[in-house]
Amino acid sequence: GSAAPDFQGFTLLMPAVSVGNVGQLAIDLVISTLDMAKVGYFYTDCLVPMVGNNPYATAEENSVELSINAEVYSLPSKKLVVLQIRSPFIKNKYRPFCETLLSWVKSSKCARVVLLSSSHAYQRDDEQLLGTPLRYLLTPDLEKAVGGRMKELNWKEMEKVAAYPGINNTDKVLHIPGGGITKLLFTESCSEGIQMAVLLKFCSEGDNIPDAFVLVNYLNEWLQLIKSEVSTVSSKWKIPSSWRLLFGNGLPPALF
Amino acid sequence: MATFFGEVVVAPSRAGLDEEEEAREETPEDREIRREIEKKRYRRRRLELREREIQVLWTCAEQPLVCSRFVVAIGRNAAAFLSSFILDSVCWEVVGAVKLWNEWCRTSSTTNVLPTDSFCLFYRLISDPTVLLCQCSCYVAEDQQFQWLEKVFGSMQKKDLQVTILSTCPVADYKTQESTLTLVSPFLKALKTKEFQEQVCCPLLEQPNIVRDLPAA
Repeated sequence: GSAAPDFQGFTLLMPAVSVGNVGQLAIDLVISTLDMAKVGYFYTDCLVPMVGNNPYATAEENSVELSINAEVYSLPSKKLVVLQIRSPFIKNKYRPFCETLLSWVKSSKCARVVLLSSSHAYQRDDEQLLGTPLRYLLTPDLEKAVGGRMKELNWKEMEKVAAYPGINNTDKVLHIPGGGITKLLFTESCSEGIQMAVLLKFCSEGDNIPDAFVLVNYLNEWLQLIKSEVSTVSSKWKIPSSWRLLFGNGLPPALF
Repeated sequence: MATFFGEVVVAPSRAGLDEEEEAREETPEDREIRREIEKKRYRRRRLELREREIQVLWTCAEQPLVCSRFVVAIGRNAAAFLSSFILDSVCWEVVGAVKLWNEWCRTSSTTNVLPTDSFCLFYRLISDPTVLLCQCSCYVAEDQQFQWLEKVFGSMQKKDLQVTILSTCPVADYKTQESTLTLVSPFLKALKTKEFQEQVCCPLLEQPNIVRDLPAA
């Protein structure tokens, strides 16, 4: 087809497949609201195959484009490129996927990566149970560039936990239970000098639509993808048509 | 995951990551133990990979096969459809088979199969050898689907290739506003690529329904 789009200087926004699928739901809201155009896909053996019709369809005319498990959307006016992942990893394939992804990030010359993720709420310690359930992480290279902005926004950095709790509380490590590939991508980005930010929410499995809204509004505080007026911000995100019937079909009349 | 109405549905896409593999701070002794475990795992994984490798065996001499039409029937129902309405020993000849093993089934390279066996066979129309059929009644596991795809399509020389995939799904999995109890079934739905220009014989699959596994691959 046509020449590959140029992502030099763009921000890559992507989800981790994690508890409650919150990152992926949040990404759906971004793509749907900004009406982003699909520009490509990942042809990969690392994710479970799936296919369906356009999940962001708004009318008959745009409902018949096929959609698969890993697709790339872009909005050049905001220098934004988005990767959406729609299925889980195949056993033993998450590392090769991370390697391929990071090498694509480098070759496409994206300026920075923003990873939306989540972590098991039940694994919070006493302090984390209080206050905001939202956290961020920055690789050292991005810390220099935007660390100050996070402080202005009064955001909370993800705490490290004791490597050997009960035995030794001084050795601290990063632990993101339920976060899927979040920790791997983050630690690899740190060592490869990639500018990456992780934005995550503590949550549990269930109806995660509210969690997705909270996470996408958190993202918006920083990236300002849509205009945010404090009281009405949640209604500005457009829910995609594929979110219909998330909890099953209609009832059989014979039940009553 | 239980829905509002108590029916149990598969909760999709949990973090499918083996978190025991996370690296922690380690002593030289830990490192040595980890290395030995990894060597063992590596050997076990190589064995596992060999066991899970798919073999595509062609019985005809001409390689690669020239193909202009390829109909793939995936699952027992679709395979039975081809057996009942299309295949016969006069017009069609067997040209290949897929040999694989996974936790759910094992196929062999024999072409003399019963309908209740697990098999994956390829047929060619004698009057037009560029028309191929595949009956795949065995389950191809997630980690084998991509391999199946690459090995089968890799052995073909595509000539304006048109692929038709036949498969079935339980009505209970179909997402719709009404209850599936009152839905008239069975019914057909289709997905097509934008390159497919011909008329489709049934309505297209509406969101939020999706197709997964080998038909999706």
